[in-house]
Amino acid sequence: MVTPAEYPPPFRAADFIAASTDPVDERIEVGVLVVGGGPAGLACAIRFGQLLQEDPETAERLGDVPLAVVEKGKHPGSHLLSGAIVNPTALRTLFRGQVRIEDMPGYGAVPGESVYILTRTQAMPIPPPPPMRNKGNFIFSLAKLGRWLGEQAEEVGATLLSETSARTLLVSDGEVVGVRTGDKGRGPLGEELGNFEPGSDIVAKVTVLAEGTQGHLTGLALEHFGLGPDSPQTWELAVKEVWRVPTPLRRIIHTMGWPLRLSAKYREFGGSLIYPMGTDMVTIGMVVGLDYRDTALSVHDLLQELKTHPKIRVLLEGGERIEWGAKTIPSGGFHSLPKRLHAPGLLLCGDGAGMVNIPTLKGMHYAVESGRLAAEAAFSSLKHGTSLESYDDAVRSSFIWSDLYAVRHMRQVFGRGFFMGGALASAMQLSKGRVSIGKLSTEPDDAQPLVHTDRAKGYPDSDGVLTFDKLSSVFASGNKTRDDQPNHIAVRQRVPAEVAELWVHMCPAQVYSAGPRGDDGLVTVEMAPSNCVQCGAISARGGRLTPPEGGSGPEYSLT
Amino acid sequence: MSTLVFVEHQGDQLSKGSLGVLAKAAELGDSVDAVMVGGTEVKALASEVGRYGAATVYVAEDDALSPPLPQPRVDVVAKVVGDAGHDTVLFSTSVLAADVAGGVAARLDAGLNWDLVDIVRNDDTLVGKRLALADSLMVEVGWRSEPRLALFRPGSFEPVERGGQPQVLTVSVELEDHSRAARLVDQVVQPESGPSLESAEVIVTGGMGLGGPEHLSLAEELAGVLGGVVGATRAVVYAGWSPHSTQVGQTGKTVSPKLYVALGVSGAVQHKVGMQGSQTIVAVNKDPRAPIFEFCDLAVVGDVHTIVPQLVELLRGRKGS
Amino acid sequence: MKVVACVKCVPEGRARLDPRSRRLDRDGAGEINAFDRYAVEEAIRIKEASESEVVVVSMGPDPMAEALRSALALGADRAVLVSDPGAVGSDLIATSRVLAKVLERENPDVVLFGQQTSDGAGAVLWAAVADRVRLPAISQTTKLEIADGAVRATRQTEVGDDVIEAPLPVIVAVTDAINELRYATLKGKMAAKKKPLDVLTLSDLGLDPSTAGDAGSKTEVLGIGDPPARANALRVEDDEAAAQVIVDFLTERQLV
Repeated sequence: MVTPAEYPPPFRAADFIAASTDPVDERIEVGVLVVGGGPAGLACAIRFGQLLQEDPETAERLGDVPLAVVEKGKHPGSHLLSGAIVNPTALRTLFRGQVRIEDMPGYGAVPGESVYILTRTQAMPIPPPPPMRNKGNFIFSLAKLGRWLGEQAEEVGATLLSETSARTLLVSDGEVVGVRTGDKGRGPLGEELGNFEPGSDIVAKVTVLAEGTQGHLTGLALEHFGLGPDSPQTWELAVKEVWRVPTPLRRIIHTMGWPLRLSAKYREFGGSLIYPMGTDMVTIGMVVGLDYRDTALSVHDLLQELKTHPKIRVLLEGGERIEWGAKTIPSGGFHSLPKRLHAPGLLLCGDGAGMVNIPTLKGMHYAVESGRLAAEAAFSSLKHGTSLESYDDAVRSSFIWSDLYAVRHMRQVFGRGFFMGGALASAMQLSKGRVSIGKLSTEPDDAQPLVHTDRAKGYPDSDGVLTFDKLSSVFASGNKTRDDQPNHIAVRQRVPAEVAELWVHMCPAQVYSAGPRGDDGLVTVEMAPSNCVQCGAISARGGRLTPPEGGSGPEYSLT
Repeated sequence: MSTLVFVEHQGDQLSKGSLGVLAKAAELGDSVDAVMVGGTEVKALASEVGRYGAATVYVAEDDALSPPLPQPRVDVVAKVVGDAGHDTVLFSTSVLAADVAGGVAARLDAGLNWDLVDIVRNDDTLVGKRLALADSLMVEVGWRSEPRLALFRPGSFEPVERGGQPQVLTVSVELEDHSRAARLVDQVVQPESGPSLESAEVIVTGGMGLGGPEHLSLAEELAGVLGGVVGATRAVVYAGWSPHSTQVGQTGKTVSPKLYVALGVSGAVQHKVGMQGSQTIVAVNKDPRAPIFEFCDLAVVGDVHTIVPQLVELLRGRKGS
Repeated sequence: MKVVACVKCVPEGRARLDPRSRRLDRDGAGEINAFDRYAVEEAIRIKEASESEVVVVSMGPDPMAEALRSALALGADRAVLVSDPGAVGSDLIATSRVLAKVLERENPDVVLFGQQTSDGAGAVLWAAVADRVRLPAISQTTKLEIADGAVRATRQTEVGDDVIEAPLPVIVAVTDAINELRYATLKGKMAAKKKPLDVLTLSDLGLDPSTAGDAGSKTEVLGIGDPPARANALRVEDDEAAAQVIVDFLTERQLV
């Protein structure tokens, strides 16, 4: 049986870890460098700014740029995508009660909720299982919230550098000393174009990696410093759309079952989410664990199929799709957290470190809290010389750890889908045991053996009104990446047909297509890298995503 | 309603676009005059203008006015309108006319609507129609005072010969200081490399449906016989069949030629947004469900390898005869 | 020497017309119009070749101020934004009047515009501004040289290139063929945060609100609708007959 793990990508970690090479007067020196302008990174920036405001002397010592955030997207928020139902505790703590949740750009408290098990034609309601109860939580667009958090960070003095990718981890004498940003203006073969601009070395006393799912430097750091978890990390792929609708939706909805297969041999865990965004918008998404085995499975197409369900299409009737996006979510839970969250000069936060509670499908508040704690540890280190180990201690004493620990066993019952547990138990009851969760396994996603089914025949044709093809969806993500730049995705070029087919269907942005089969039985993988919305799925299943030129990728505003 | 039309000429040829606007003005009714500015060749052309609908042709002719500079023309048009009291001034868009219209609008503090494709008269009000946002919307625009200025997309109207002998009046204008400051020191006629994609009137684009880089010659030959330029889709550029400079689309160039021929192009939205402003679109593709067939004027479902060579033959034959 | 680049800030992402106000949906942040970036780039190149100050000028709602930071990050020295509720809905007449006032204040040697805006504002603004400030103007410029108190511009027309000279001060509208846009450097982005960005109101310019905005406009939008659908009536599915059908179609439309 073929697995993608047997065809590893041409990727050398050593290419991305180096000492600083810029002459001293060209380097950019900052106090704290945050990589990633998402909720974790911006929470870190905001907390650090608050601490500096209360301590002007330390602020003075840290020079012109006490804290800088580098963000590879066009703006903070451009690469953020989530449901999102947010537990407000961490945000309240971060803003110290001075900004109310209601004043943040969100869509209000969760009004009510339903959970359904779907078949092709029916929707059977089940009571929302305990991990899924969302009373007291709030609905947000993460892209919109991220944009706002960026503004708050700048108001307390953070220097935000957007359209800037962090390509290389700068390490000197076993200590992280900063990052080197990516070059701009290279052609497809790496050649320097007329407006070529080399990256810069940014050196910092503390580097905080808050890159989100499949973080590029995070992955390198985990390996380089031996921080990797015992249980390999696994991921889920979420593809979602935002719709303008004439009829308001007045509750949040989660579904499981169709169009996923329940039989354990396919390992299809996941479900859908449908949330109101105010009275005139709705977001609908499909989430599937990337340990599925069917090479014909396409999460994007399953989302299109989902929308044709009679009970779901009515929710979108008369509406218009206004945005689309895709992103992976780390799903390994407690057992896949790094052994340590710090190394000399380095701190790890948020989704990049795997801080996501899959049974409740929440990670935002852990990201914010970890960013906040990272700021405090960094501040203490800079002011008093305290070891960065204090960050590990703080996270382990926080609700991040206790929450994830509490649901660590649920992995067995809950499998690796979302909000399983009680829901799954109910499903088992209702289906009289036909639903099974299979054996608990600790295999990484790319070690799953592949099978092929003909389910692709069932994917709906795109009608441009309710259902859409991948290319027009990439357009709806706001992606207008420059085409003539180097390919930022490392994959083996010649692979068995099954592996190529896996990638072709898996990628929501239609980056991959399979060329003709050669005499050796392998096919050539052809790529359109500028379609890439940097969801990270390829890194989970045999390839390796690195950041393209800063500013490339989607321009999410409502996801 | 009293209309003045700015009529341009190139050498001894009257501009077809200007004459089309003149025809439209005559259709809108009441009195229609024309204004022409140039060197000594202008007077002779003036009487010809009368055949196309102008009752009076105001002429400012002087060697100093021969170079195609806009600001002296602003002075002339402003004077004519000021003296004769036209309530409407129309232009066919050209590099020169656009600058003149903008200057006249400021001089007379008059409303200017541009890029119009049509104009309608309701009693004494005029409503202009223009396409906006890459031709995805039709907008109706109006004027709140007189005189009313309008710039039309070239080729919006066809000239109509009505016969008639116009009154030709010479205008002498004192040019403003700033209008005399710019000097034309050299003119270079089009180099052989031909127009760029953005300014080409005809574009023939090859897509993946061509089947291979060797078949790009189909697009090249057709472009040659139509007097156009070759474009490419993103996929074709990715495949290395054509350079990035020929790419039409969201991440390539945006074009709006008179004629766009798409060979083996599927018509994904990324491509569409780069060419949907083309006046006439002809698409040839063997997939009957190709998205491009939803936004073209002539949908040819068939094999480019059969159809295009035949098309080239026929067109060459017509040229010869 | 002082170089002013006049830019329009347009909404980010896909532009949408608000069906109720019939104006561009300007909620939220913006970015400098694609074509005007070439004007900014050219201004910076002039600064690099001589000792000059580059000022970027724009008119728009407050959130657009941040969009001007990107020009400062590229190398402009100062930015000026005219932001006033009274200026909302300005057409060509009103906009040119406001910009003319700003130029009177700045007293530049060279004023650069981008040749076209991507949000439908058309290709004539500099001509109107030039007339108000009584300066020579050269449009469609693909090459610009400045020496001895004058410019030498190559202007692209339908039939070829004109080479035009004019003394300073002068207004020039540049096309996207004139230069290649640079990327902002990190140092540039950091320096931008400290550069001056002035926000002016109409009264700072000595303008009465009745002369700007909707009140000062002489044109208006009456309605928005769908464009005429392409007459997709013609469809051919016969390989043999297709070529002739195409020739007839093109002939009928006078395209051959």
